[in-house]
Amino acid sequence: MFGFLNNNKTRFVLFQIIAVLIVAFVAYYAVSNLNYNIDRLGIRSGFGFLDIRAGFDIAEHLIAYTADSSNLDAFYVGLINTITVSIIGIIFASVLGIIIGIARLSSNYLVSKLAEIYVEIFRNIPILLQILFWYNLMLISLPSPRNSFEFFNVVFFNLRGVYFPKPILESGFYWVMVAFLLGVFISFFIKWFFNKKHDSTGIKQRTWDYHLLSLLGLPLGVYFIFGSPVYFDYPNLQGFNFRGGLFFSPEFLALVLALSIYTATYISEAIRAGIESVDKGQKEAALAMGLTQAQTLKFVLLPQALRVAIPPIINQYLNLTKNSSLAAAIGYADLVGVFSGTVLNQVGQAIEIILMTMAVYLTLSLLISLGLNLFNYKIRIKGLNQ
Amino acid sequence: MSKLLKLSIALLLAIGNLSVQADTLSNVQAKGSLNCGVTTGLAGFSAVDKHHKWVGLDVDLCRAVAAATLGDSEKVKYIPLTAKERFIALQSGEIDVLSRVTTWTLTRDASLGLNFAGVNYYDGQGFMVKKDLGIKDASELDGATFCVNKGTTTELNLADYAQEQGFRYNTSMTDTIAQTKSNFEAGRCDALTTDQSRLYALKTTLKDPSSAIVLPNVISKEPLGPVVRQGDDKWFNVVRWTLNAMITAEELGVTSATVDKPSNNSEVNRLLGNAGTMGEYLGLDKKWSYNIIKQVGNYSESFERNIGVNTPINITRGLNALWKDGGILYSPPFR
Repeated sequence: MFGFLNNNKTRFVLFQIIAVLIVAFVAYYAVSNLNYNIDRLGIRSGFGFLDIRAGFDIAEHLIAYTADSSNLDAFYVGLINTITVSIIGIIFASVLGIIIGIARLSSNYLVSKLAEIYVEIFRNIPILLQILFWYNLMLISLPSPRNSFEFFNVVFFNLRGVYFPKPILESGFYWVMVAFLLGVFISFFIKWFFNKKHDSTGIKQRTWDYHLLSLLGLPLGVYFIFGSPVYFDYPNLQGFNFRGGLFFSPEFLALVLALSIYTATYISEAIRAGIESVDKGQKEAALAMGLTQAQTLKFVLLPQALRVAIPPIINQYLNLTKNSSLAAAIGYADLVGVFSGTVLNQVGQAIEIILMTMAVYLTLSLLISLGLNLFNYKIRIKGLNQ
Repeated sequence: MSKLLKLSIALLLAIGNLSVQADTLSNVQAKGSLNCGVTTGLAGFSAVDKHHKWVGLDVDLCRAVAAATLGDSEKVKYIPLTAKERFIALQSGEIDVLSRVTTWTLTRDASLGLNFAGVNYYDGQGFMVKKDLGIKDASELDGATFCVNKGTTTELNLADYAQEQGFRYNTSMTDTIAQTKSNFEAGRCDALTTDQSRLYALKTTLKDPSSAIVLPNVISKEPLGPVVRQGDDKWFNVVRWTLNAMITAEELGVTSATVDKPSNNSEVNRLLGNAGTMGEYLGLDKKWSYNIIKQVGNYSESFERNIGVNTPINITRGLNALWKDGGILYSPPFR
């Protein structure tokens, strides 16, 4: 009767079906059980809470937000703060990681040893402790607003954060941006034109001055023609705190610092692994063929090294984004802090809020992964799989 | 976060508890101990003392419920919770009663599947500032940065107050009370705002308590009380009348020292189970309130032991005096 089980293929399909059924049952059970519990306990459910007035303030918001805004606005504020921290963290971590990775391969003993010590220390301390360390260090060592560290009387650094002059763009600045875009376009044209000339005549011509002129000269010219359409809003001390200007809180600084320093260790290792994966003979051959050091790096070593380094670096970018949720530990207003912190407590709908938060992190991770996979696809060895 | 997630999943998969949860009293008596949600540490209300024992006004309520239901005030398992974990812990059945300086509001009462069983402390939100700022009144706080405990009514009251006064302000949000305090001490903010009772408690734990002052302004009503799950009226009655027993005992002058003395007062006899069948109505034994008063004491004893004028926290009874002494503490009669 169960003879069909002896068929390998049938059995394979059968087990798959059973597995799917079990998963479906558990999911169905969890959801119906949840609905039952929520009904029984008289807990409010649904997403109606998103439209309700939030009623609390958030210190750091990049979009317009007051206590009168809705919970959905609070969600956006948190989301944008999370993305900001992640992007800035990724930029700093990458720069630092590349420098450290190359430093580790330096023939200078001191430089490579220092880089190694850096990696070993910061890679092996849990990220949460590092965040708390930098934050508390700032709280202990920074002065009060009245005794701020001053830089040229325009940048101020104190316990409440760092304050920069904030550029306010007037309408004329629109044309400066147009000019810059035009400059980029011209720059591409110059490159295309001289490459073509190089191909047909073999003459290599100096081009950086043309690029400089189109990328920098053109926008600057327009900027002055429109009479410098930018002015600055300077921070100034009023009562308890500085007002005006662009402001970053100590929580933000500590978070970016800790995330960058921590993630940079992993990125540097990925870079080092990538460079070391390229056989020494490749470099020697390139040099023997008369390529300069810079050309060797650009045309021979980096294209091969990046191919090895990019996949682990993608993972580190994902980790950094997810680790940014530890912001809640020091009270930075990220998605976890604002949405699954304050909003959750004010409306009490844990399931909906936690689900939304998880969906956001999943989406962010998938987006980063997609972007870098596309990049990875672009720099792959072409022609191998065709 | 991981704890929050764990509790949410518990809510999602609360299978085993379903049938038992509906009857918390039998459940507590069957397992022989009470799970009580308290703060992560707030002097005077729920904190661990130097003998590693939980003490405080809110802890005394947990102990009283244990004395009433289990006959032993020590049979309590204390579960420290942050502000944002507390309601989920109660909803998911992780705790049987929440006694954690929780403000009774309409939203919480009506939309979270919870019931407030009474008020064990009438509070109001206030401000603490460093003395050297020279501030005497909250109206001078325009432009200040405030240290706030995240996930509390405090955040909402502060926003309302600032809007009303036309203040511009900044906040520094923290998860635990300890961190709110250390941020205030480090100067991360100009003023710390929370319930006044808590301000006094925090002030005593500052490195230099005399460096800060609590401003006289009270910007909100904060009735704090024990919370239970909605839909379990029997358990709700037990917790409510445990609190009422402590208040009534003070009113009748019954203390842990005099509880064994015979009395001619018939209400005292009803309270102590010598007459009537009060315990039976609540599903408890005759000695339920005797055990509360004998082991924990009446409201006044609990208050003076934990937060009264002879403690470092030094709070006068004020609103929390009995109705006949000028306060608003009032228990329905034991009849």
